[in-house]
Amino acid sequence: MTVKVIALNTFKEAVRDRILYLLLFFAAVSILFSRVLALLTVGDRAKIIKDVGLASISLFGALMAVLIGTGLVYKEIEKRTIFTLISKPIRRHEFLLGKFFGLLLTLLVMLAAMSLIFVALVFVETRAVEWRLFAAIFLVFFELALITAVAVLFSCFSTPILSSLFTISFYLIGHFSWSLDLLIKKARAGAAKASLRVLSAVLPNLENFNVRTEAVQGLPFPPGLFLYAPAYGIAYAAFVLVLAVLVFRRRDFV
Amino acid sequence: MQTVLELQGVRKSFRIGFIPRTKAILKDVSFSVAKGEIFGYLGPNGAGKTTTLKCALGLIFPDGGTIRIFERSYLEARAKERLGFLPENPYFYDYLTGREFLDFYGQLFGIPKNERAARIAALLQLVGLEKSARLQLRRYSRGMLQRVGLAQALINEPELVLLDEPLGGLDPLGRREIRDIILGLREQGKTVLLSSHILQDIEMICDRVAIIVGGRILSQGKLSELISEKILFTEITVSGVGEAELAPFGECLSSQPGRILVKIPEENKIQDVLDLVRERRGKIHTLVPRTQTLEDLFVDMVKPQ
Repeated sequence: MTVKVIALNTFKEAVRDRILYLLLFFAAVSILFSRVLALLTVGDRAKIIKDVGLASISLFGALMAVLIGTGLVYKEIEKRTIFTLISKPIRRHEFLLGKFFGLLLTLLVMLAAMSLIFVALVFVETRAVEWRLFAAIFLVFFELALITAVAVLFSCFSTPILSSLFTISFYLIGHFSWSLDLLIKKARAGAAKASLRVLSAVLPNLENFNVRTEAVQGLPFPPGLFLYAPAYGIAYAAFVLVLAVLVFRRRDFV
Repeated sequence: MQTVLELQGVRKSFRIGFIPRTKAILKDVSFSVAKGEIFGYLGPNGAGKTTTLKCALGLIFPDGGTIRIFERSYLEARAKERLGFLPENPYFYDYLTGREFLDFYGQLFGIPKNERAARIAALLQLVGLEKSARLQLRRYSRGMLQRVGLAQALINEPELVLLDEPLGGLDPLGRREIRDIILGLREQGKTVLLSSHILQDIEMICDRVAIIVGGRILSQGKLSELISEKILFTEITVSGVGEAELAPFGECLSSQPGRILVKIPEENKIQDVLDLVRERRGKIHTLVPRTQTLEDLFVDMVKPQ
């Protein structure tokens, strides 16, 4: 119950913040710019629109999660609004979960808004609504949930700028960690290979949430991915949130 | 007498600086607040008043000692259901309007919608903010924030209200209104703990006080017990009498043209002064016996530190 109240208030906070609309505006510009790129392309114009559009949604969604998420908890402490909040009958983990779900709700709404622009643009070009595109956006949502959890974790103990850097690093590592698998294949058996295996298991693999190529090119989706990827995202986010609660639980608010 | 809030031997230190040094803020804080009283928590800036309140609210964790609220552990959510808190220099969600702000806190206590609306209307009237209820808090003045903060502290009809410098940032009229609200709370049988360094306010409304200096409680008890009723000295303003003539009776403090203020330490000399003035056909303007004030007590305690 208290989680829901805090989540709705967080949603209100995000929605009344100008930065959100600025990002939405640039996301829209980026999605619409795909139409211009399509003009310059020889070949299938619709594919370019879909490809650039989906990439924009994913990128700007992640930016929103980072820029809003990293300030969420920090601002409450910095502006001392947390004093009155914690003095109410709220447990600290409820506060964190409220913040997390509030931002998630915000991202859901923003994702819906960006998708609307995107789907409308594709419809103008192809006169068809492709459900495969929604499948790709569906997975992007789980990726954003994970990034949000990471942003909240960093926000518990560091400033928004540092948290943003950390979270963006997490995002980049997550998207390139698949290259570790290539390295593992090429490495000779031994300590090096074993430690690479450990690293590959610990580091996030955000490419799990990327089916943009399949969606755009009309290729078959990897079997079981739509069960595996959300489960992976939820489990990883839950783990990160538990860490955040552990950090937050014994913290002094001075 | 039922104890509502009890602190015993509470200690807290912080590690500060790049190379951490431990700085003790609370060294030994023990006091108890009884049901239905207004308890004043006094101390100079930096004595540890706010830190004590934060410990009691679970915002920071004390290094040692025990804190009990309503005879429960202070960290229990159920203890906090009957508690109201107004922080010092209140900072609130500035993107909310006054009404939304109070509604948010009302929801946190799980107050049903209809009752919430009624309570918010009553509280807005109590603190005199009915007209600003639709304004975002970013447009509020310092005094208005203080008022909406007080309203927020009362949203759950708490039995114990902790107020950190509730009269800070208010104009004289505002101070009086808030003072009246605090007295009203006592009439309703609620308990109030208020911290302040402004002595007149405390002297006017508190039943009991505790004085904290440098992280230790130096004195606590009923105001009437702490401050002696004994007359320290008497001040008499007279005219028509020469300063030299009055000098044997006491200290002549200021001489406005024609008027002399004499500070007389001994009670039995007052009559002599009056006789002298009558003899010289002079005039007595004022005669004020001065008893010890909280300020005297406070200054005595803070000075040796």
